[in-house]
This record gives sequence, C-alpha cells and structure tokens, in this order.
Amino acid sequence: MIPSKNHIGQSHRRKNALRHLAGRGRFVTDLALPRMVHAAFVRSPMAKGNIVELDVSEAAVASGVVRVFTAETLNHSCVPWTGTLDHFAGMQSGAQNMLASSEVLWVGHPVVMILAHSRAEAEDACELVMLDIEDEDAVVDGDAALVKGTPLAAEGINSNMCFQTLLETPDLDDAFARAAHVVEGKFTFGRHTAVTLEPRAIVADFDPSTGQLDVHHGTQTPYQFQDVYARHFGLSEGRVRVIAPDIGGSFGMKLHVYHEEMAAVAASLMLGRPVRFVADRLESFVSDIHARDHRVTARMALDAEGGILAMDVDDMTQIGAFSSYPRTSVAEGNQVIRLMGAPYQMPDYRGRLSVVFQNKVQTSQYRAVGHPIACAVTEALVDRAAELLDLDPFEIRRRNLLADDAYPHVSATGYQFEKLSHQASLDKLHQMMGYEALRAEQTALRKQGIYRGIGIAPFVEITNPGASFYGVGGARISAQDGAVIRLTPAGDVHCAISVTEQGQGTETIIAQIVADQLGVTPDQVKVTTGDTDNTPSGGATWACRGAGIGGETALRAGRKLQMQILTLAGEILQADQQHLALASGAVVDKTTGQERITLAEIGRIATYRPDTLPKGSDNSLTAAQHFAPTGYPFDFTNGIQASHVEVDIETGVTRLLKHWVVEDCGRIINPLLVDEQIRGGVVQGLGPAVFEECLYDDMGQMTNASLADYLVPMAGEMPDIEIAHIETPTLDTILGAKGVGEAGTAAAGAAAMNAVNDALRPLGARISQTPMTPLRILTALGHV
Amino acid sequence: MKTDITLTVNGDAVREAVEPRTSLADLLRDNLQLTGTHLGCEMGACGACLVMLDGAPVHACLVLAVQASGHKVETIEGLNESGLIKDLQERFHDRNALQCGFCTNGMLMSAQALLSENPMPSRPEIREALSGNYCRCTGYESIVDAISATAKMRSGQTGEVS
Repeated sequence: MIPSKNHIGQSHRRKNALRHLAGRGRFVTDLALPRMVHAAFVRSPMAKGNIVELDVSEAAVASGVVRVFTAETLNHSCVPWTGTLDHFAGMQSGAQNMLASSEVLWVGHPVVMILAHSRAEAEDACELVMLDIEDEDAVVDGDAALVKGTPLAAEGINSNMCFQTLLETPDLDDAFARAAHVVEGKFTFGRHTAVTLEPRAIVADFDPSTGQLDVHHGTQTPYQFQDVYARHFGLSEGRVRVIAPDIGGSFGMKLHVYHEEMAAVAASLMLGRPVRFVADRLESFVSDIHARDHRVTARMALDAEGGILAMDVDDMTQIGAFSSYPRTSVAEGNQVIRLMGAPYQMPDYRGRLSVVFQNKVQTSQYRAVGHPIACAVTEALVDRAAELLDLDPFEIRRRNLLADDAYPHVSATGYQFEKLSHQASLDKLHQMMGYEALRAEQTALRKQGIYRGIGIAPFVEITNPGASFYGVGGARISAQDGAVIRLTPAGDVHCAISVTEQGQGTETIIAQIVADQLGVTPDQVKVTTGDTDNTPSGGATWACRGAGIGGETALRAGRKLQMQILTLAGEILQADQQHLALASGAVVDKTTGQERITLAEIGRIATYRPDTLPKGSDNSLTAAQHFAPTGYPFDFTNGIQASHVEVDIETGVTRLLKHWVVEDCGRIINPLLVDEQIRGGVVQGLGPAVFEECLYDDMGQMTNASLADYLVPMAGEMPDIEIAHIETPTLDTILGAKGVGEAGTAAAGAAAMNAVNDALRPLGARISQTPMTPLRILTALGHV
Repeated sequence: MKTDITLTVNGDAVREAVEPRTSLADLLRDNLQLTGTHLGCEMGACGACLVMLDGAPVHACLVLAVQASGHKVETIEGLNESGLIKDLQERFHDRNALQCGFCTNGMLMSAQALLSENPMPSRPEIREALSGNYCRCTGYESIVDAISATAKMRSGQTGEVS
C-alpha cells in the first residue's frame, strides 16, 4: 500500500476562493444568454381563496412583454409532482403544478408568469394583470387545522394531517411509573428561512433544433434536477444537462422543487429561447422553503440519582399546503422524534409526530434537519432535571452520556452508533471554556445586577446517509457518488466528481485526497463539479455527505488510477510494480524512494507514443469509481457546545458573549475548512434562537417578509466561537471521514436557550420559545 | 425615455443611455458586465452591492445610475486590478473568510473603507463596521480575523491572528 503523502489533514486554502476575492465569481445571477427573456410572477396576495377572474390581456400587450402564461396555457406541459415517499407509511399530499389554476393556497402562490425583455418590464406588466380572488378562511394554525370541521388546506387530501407516526419502547409506561423524578415542558420553535445571500436563480435554455435542454441552476443537487426535469417534462435524461456553477449559499434550501424554476423550464421548452428567473428578496421570503415550526410537549423520567430513564415526546409541526418534492416535508419531524435523547443512555422512549397542513409557505429540509429541535428539547429537560436534583449541568450529563467504550450502541429510537466520544468531548469542553472561572464570575456579577448565563448542549449529527434515507421510499435521490480521475498527457491530474461546491471547500478536500493517492500536490489536481454532462452521476451535497461519501469515492478512484499508472510504469520500466510507488509527481522505487519515471513522461508515452509500449499494454490513464455506503445506515458524529450570554433584564435583550464547540467528525481532511463549517453552522443555529422568525398574522399574511424586517444575525451580534476536536474515524470507509456541515447548527440554539434560562434562573423566569426575543424574555420575567 | 450619462468606472470613461429608474447596480452588472457587484436585497440592507463612489462606499442598489453621472465609481474588479487591496484579499484567503463568495465584494469594500479611516480598529469596531454586511456562510469571525490581520500588517505589526 502506498503511504499517505499527508495532504489529508492539512489546512490547505481554497483555490476557488481567489476568483471570488477578485470579483470573478460565476453565479447563475450573472449569466446573460443571447435572446434571453426574464420572468416575473403574479402571486396570490391572500392565504386561501378561489380565482374568480383572471384577465391577462392588458399585460400581454405591455411594453417589452414576450409571453404571458397562466395555469391554462402552461401547466399541461408538466407532469404534476407529489411530495410523498413510500417509507413514510400513510403520508399524503396534494399534487402540485406550476401555476395556481383555481385555488390559491398561500400568500405568494404563483398564478401568472410574465416573460419580458427585462425583469423591470415583466414586473410592470404584472401590475396590469386583473386577478380577482374570492377570499376563503385560511388554515393558519396547526392545532386548529386538526379540529374537526376545519376546512382542508388544499385539494387532494382527506384531512389536514399529512403524516403521523409513533415510536415506542415496550417499557415506556413502566419507566415513568417507577421514576423518582419527572420534568416536563412545552416548547415552541418558530418558522425561519434560509436567506441565502444569492437568491434562487435559474436560466433554462432549450434548443429546439437539437432537443437539448441546458439548465443553469443555482442548486446543490444537479443530478436530482436532471432527473426531475427529464421525467416531469417528458424528455430523455441524456438531453437534459444541469449546470450548477458558483452558488451563493444553499443550506438545503436549494435542493427542493419550486414552482418558479419548473415554470422557467416549461417556458423555455415552449419558447425555444433562454428563460431567466431570479427571485427578488421579497419573493424569496414567500417562496423559498421555510424551516422548523414545531410545537413540542415533552417529559423526561429520571431515577433518584439523576439517571435518565425515558422521554415521552409529542411533536406537532406545520408544513404549509403541500409536502415538498421530492424529499417531502416529513423528514424534519421524523428526525426530531428520532434524535430525542440521542446522546444519552436512555433505555425507553415514546415519540409521537403529527405533520400538519396549513396555508403558508412550505417547510422542508434546511441545514441540520430536525436536530436543533430534538437537541433543544432534550437539553432543556436535562437542565430542568439538574436544577431539580441540584446537580451541576456538567455532572448530570457526565452521569448520563453514553460511555466512550459502550459501542456499538443502539438508541431507544433505533439509531445505530458505531463509535462516539461524548464523555471525552464533555471533559474537553469543561477545560476549554474555563467553566469554574465562568461560574465564579457569574456569581460575582449577579450581585451587581448583571445576569449572565452558561448553557451546554451535547449532540449527535446524522451524516453520510445510505439509501435507506430516501431511495427505499421510492425517491430518485442518489445515495452513491462517482468520480472520474485521469492523468493528463502532461502529467497533471483531473478529477470530475459528483459532489458539489457551495463554498464549503468540496473541491479543495477532493484535491487533497486525490493528491495523496497519486503522489502529487493538491495544486496539481484540477477538480470539476456541478455539471451533469461532465461529471459522473451522484447524490451531490446534502445531509453532510460530501467529505464522507464524496471523499471516499475520490480516494477509491485515486487508488484505482494509482494501480493503472504503476502497472503501466512497470511495463515501461520492465520492473515489478510491487516495487514501485508514486511520490513527488513521479513513479519511485518503493524502498529507496529514488525516481524511476515522472508522471509527465508516463502521460507522454501513453498519449503520443503508445506504439513504444510492450504488446498488450493498456495505455488507459483514466479511472472511474462509484461508491455507496454499505456499513452503518448513517455515520453519526457527536460533540458538545456551550454558550455564554448576558441578559439585560430591563430590556430583555440577550447578548451572546462567547460560544464553544467540541466536535468529533471522524478523520479531519482540512482543519481550516472544518472549523469554518462549524462556525458558520453555529451562527445559523444562533440566528433562529435569538432573531430569525417568519411572522404570520392570523389571516396567513407573512408580516416581515423583507430583509429590513426579518432579522438575520449580523457581525456585531455574533460571538467569537472557539473550537476543539476529537477524532474518531468511521471504520466503514478507508478515509474514515464523517460529515461536519450541520454540527454547528444542531446544538447552538439549544446551548443558547439553556444559557438564557441559566441567566434568568435566579429571577424565577424561564423561556421555552424561539426566537428568544426581548419581548418574550420580558414576558417570561413578568415585566410585560 | 433614456438619459445620457457619463461617468468614470474603474478608471475608464463610460458613456451610456439609461432609463431614469436604472440603478447603478443594474448599470454596472447589465450594461457594463461588471458582475462582481452583487444584488442580495435591493433595499440597502445586505451590503452585497457596495461600490466606491468618489472613494466612499455606497449601496449600488440604492443609487440611480443618473446620480452617478459625472462621478467616479470603483467596483471590486477595479480595486482588484489596482492592487490596492491585495493584502486584504490575501488575508481573506489565508483565513478562509469567505465561503460562497456572494458577500465578499461588499465585505472587501467595507473593510477597505474602515481601514482607511481607522488603521487599527478593535474587534468590536470591525464588527460594528460590518453592521451593514450580511454573510450567511462564515459566521463572521474569520472575516473579523482577516481584517484585523490586515490592519496589523499595514501598521507594521505582525499579522498573526490571536
């Protein structure tokens, strides 16, 4: 075996960052094609109603307008989509199509598409559309939606319950019966949304002369969309190319099927010219998927020593008028009830899930699907138990976290853990944050009327999912990835791979991994991603699979090419390939390290002088490899976070002072990039804990749908984040890497909520709702 | 009804006919293909469209193209080619102070404006100076580090990030 050349594990900088720093990004929003037209949509201004009149005649003749489409003229070109999966037994959703035909079902539901020579002209023409909607009572609240006699949120469903499930261990009731202590709580987690800085963007370009559809699409999953466009528009997959260039943020939001993107493709197919749709920020808020929106009732049973016996959880989550496609809107709630209590030795559990339709924007998968909810509920209850038993938050967790030698372990909810490091993480965090000193400071400051709080939250994160995640449910979502690596005639290396780049550093780590297999430097490895015509098919980016699955794919492809190069070198050199290795851009003697022939020379001979090779030699210097995880269904990671806050009890304003993370993502390929994934993830967890919420009134109107009104975390409000690592590689792969992109988001909000409640504790106040706005804190304090 | 405007963009004399409602951002991106200036909110909240107008950062989405007539505009492309912010760009690269890259243009503009007014800003001052720059990817700390390191290097101290 060739020893590692040690680029894996190094903090290599991202070469593709240089383009962005020079203003040379290549985003879909930057693309202008010849004869391109711009799309704008007339949207429903109300949450529910019937279209009684629609007149587009004036818009159709407005300046610059090329074509106006309504449901009648557009929807026939697309097979409707339904967001259900077979493995979520009994789930239901109405079918969706591009434009509303008779009913509008949320504020923002697209009704008319106008194509014009400029976006401004298309928007002007939208003003000329006569749309009369007869208002109906909207289903706004999830609990009310389930009351008998409430109208249905959409057509094609027999109740407002999208999906229900129950997980239960046999001894659950007994566990609560013999418990020495029971703590309980009711929690509300607000709706929020991704707010990627580059909005959703697409340029669909159909060429009728060849039947070729090219779609330039700001998505993290190009192959999924290649399949969607082919099937829903009746095209052969080979004639559909999806190109995802630079993407201005994604975070799960850009892998769902949206009405507007489908409409852009449909319009390009009909017009035979490029159609561009870029959501403006106002329409992003009423059309990008929203996230979370849960009400959770939970209790926890403990023995006299504070040992956790069981949890009993009921989660009601509200998802909009349809389940999203093709991944559904059920995965979030499903993970909420399965991740409860996951870090702990908790033998018994009951989890109930109700996924409910209403007339709002659809919710679906967003970074750390379900994790922040399960973590916040579990850790709030653990803190309540610690308070009841007068135990330090570290001590109660020390007593309950899974022991580091207790693996493999199956959780009460059925998750299989290969090996985690909770106890070591807990110890490391305690030391890193200077816990005792912070507590002493907290006590001293309280005497001065300053209320600081410390909150901790251990977590597990689901990464590297296999086909059990979507594939078994019938979704055409790839659980495998593919790579093609070639040695060029000049001896450079090119890797085309199916995992994609959104700035997290995918291309950089793939270059590091490939470089180590071929004895070159990462600089010598060019990586191509995000183009279905030029890379093999695969799952791309979701559920933290780029490093673990994509990285393993690249490693195995690299080793295959390594063998091909060594075989050819052995034939050229008439040497036993067992005695050869690759290093420093050359084939070397394995024992002495002495150079025998450079890669450039091998490339030259194989390409330009194959006639000089021994008879029967194979001059192929390209290797293809696909890889799908076959071991554990997921590679779980673990870690723990801590938050330090100060609550101004006069104003209710929370200041985030500092944040700490100890994280174990297995083998670390690039420490710089791993840390920045964690930091970005933490801030995406803190945002919804403190600021972010999609606010709706009781008519179903979103009342803060602009970037001036919806609060995103900004630099001045975010803390510095200190990070430490433990490395427990998975043995399922050669590489040993797990995912890391969602770890920060998973537990940051839980730690912050525990910290705020720690600050409020001496005042007898407690908050159980996010975001923890000043008003809600003042309400908890009884000041308003 | 289009209006003729003349302005200097990245040192080049530019003459264009624009509609009165055309924003400076749209002029730069659509007419001049200077796509390094990004649009994130079109209401002056996110900072992705910051450019230098006569040396001071402005939101190109809030300035009309006709208002820029007779003035000097510098975009990220111009600043990049001038070499003026090479050190800042290098510290951003070292520190991985960008992920998707969509906010980066605006971050560099704010950082350059801050450092020209306050050569040795504290970390809270840097965070304050970025109060109009939204980044969804990094969590900001690496950006603060990169700007802080640039300030130290420009003032002759080491660029070590503490």
